[in-house]
Amino acid sequence: MSFNVAAVRRQFPILAEIIDGQPVHYLDNGASAQTPDVVLDAVRTYETTGRANVLRGVHRLAERATEAYENARIEVATFLGVEPMEIVFTGGCTAAINLVAYSYGSLLKPGDRILLSELEHHSNIVPWQLLRARSGVELDMIPVTVEGRIDLDLLPKLLTPRTRLISLAHVSNVTGALLDVRKVVSFAKSVGAKVMLDGAQRAPHGPIDLPALGIDFYAFAGHKAYGPNGVGVLWARSDLLEAMPPFHGGGSMIGRVTFVETTWAPPPRRFEAGTPPIGPAIGLGAACKWMRGLDWVEAHAHEMALVQRLMDGLQKIDGTQILGPASLQNRYPVVSFLLDGVHPHDVAQTLDSFGVAVRAGHHCAQPLMDRFDLDGTTRVSMAPYNDNTDIDALLTGVQHAARTLR
Amino acid sequence: MSDQLYQDRIVALAKAKTGAGKLAQPTRSGHRDNPLCGDRVTIDITLDGQGRISEIAHQVRGCLLCQASASALSSVAVGRDKAGIAALRHDAERAIGREDGVPAEPFAAFTPVKSHKSRHECVLLPFEALQEALS
Repeated sequence: MSFNVAAVRRQFPILAEIIDGQPVHYLDNGASAQTPDVVLDAVRTYETTGRANVLRGVHRLAERATEAYENARIEVATFLGVEPMEIVFTGGCTAAINLVAYSYGSLLKPGDRILLSELEHHSNIVPWQLLRARSGVELDMIPVTVEGRIDLDLLPKLLTPRTRLISLAHVSNVTGALLDVRKVVSFAKSVGAKVMLDGAQRAPHGPIDLPALGIDFYAFAGHKAYGPNGVGVLWARSDLLEAMPPFHGGGSMIGRVTFVETTWAPPPRRFEAGTPPIGPAIGLGAACKWMRGLDWVEAHAHEMALVQRLMDGLQKIDGTQILGPASLQNRYPVVSFLLDGVHPHDVAQTLDSFGVAVRAGHHCAQPLMDRFDLDGTTRVSMAPYNDNTDIDALLTGVQHAARTLR
Repeated sequence: MSDQLYQDRIVALAKAKTGAGKLAQPTRSGHRDNPLCGDRVTIDITLDGQGRISEIAHQVRGCLLCQASASALSSVAVGRDKAGIAALRHDAERAIGREDGVPAEPFAAFTPVKSHKSRHECVLLPFEALQEALS
């Protein structure tokens, strides 16, 4: 049975909108995905029938809220194939990485080394630079190949006995390249380093078997995975979470507070100071459940057919160049391209006038732009609800930009 | 298509590339980045004895709007001092709707940018770089 994209699209109310006379061709999913009815319903149910703070209230609404919040933790854990108590709700993917950089980072010593890559999002660079400034760790960087993949052939030369952590994008937010996680983990183990993956661009494309990957930390954002804004997820192995000190202090994360001494709650509470993003977490739980309900073999094949259609169409337009793997193997539906003689912002602005939403610029990956001596790219990022009409509208817009702006 | 941001006059200004390049011996230079979009503008100037611009050149790594603005600015900057450049900026601000009033040429060309708030900075970045050079 082929993938029923129409049935998926019907679940996303915004896709039926007509804006300024144009249908919505939403191809900026890498920045923020759209949200299905089941997620909106879950948040609305919480807000209208169970809105209260979690954990401490004894009244019925508090109990409803707490149950819904903890059920969301179970849904996220199931999506990742891990234990619920290993799931920490954060304010986003960036917040999750900062949590690790601050908390796990505080266990590192001056001279310890952290290995990143040239294609990382700034959110997987800057927190480590802040840690470097605080604690004297050293940062190393894996270069990127000409086709926009992290060059893992260079790993053996870059690893040292002082490498404590390798933190890499699971899928590049610019090139769509999928990381060879097994290879990274294999090398990491040879020096006893931990592995963290920034899963922001991978999580929106189906369940992940984290234990099978053999990694130590995983982070992703709710709003890119069909959930609400304001929530993200950190997963870490339970022994690591147990060893890590708190990041933020406040309510909920304590055992006992006196003015002499305060003890910490066990994970995940230790890392969820204050009132957590309850509604957004409940929405994200619903989004993870929704994703588990899709056939991702079919959905991925559908997404990659869109990538092929896009690549074929771009190649027919004079002066286009794709930044990223040309092959459909080991990549996800994030495609960056250049149009010779037209700045990416002007391409994106032109596409907007055709009802097509894409992202243009450096994509918070300036070191990668520097690697290719680029000011930016135009990025097309797809989701299972995209269809051929989205790609064809985009191609029409790119042809128009090529014809009028150079 | 639903709008016409890239009207012929803006495209023509960008393509004219008036003042594009570097000065061999600038008196001063100014450089500004837009961290949100990555646009980069460098402006070289030479000044006469009264603080007026006698030569100007610009390097833009940015979008068409930024190029068009740098081109427009370069076409009218010579002979103006700091106050004169500030007056030109008012015209650009009027064109994009940040100030009331009718913009003078050549900045009237930028009135289609008015409804695209996310692109206003693209038009103003060359002014920021020139202001830095004059400060």
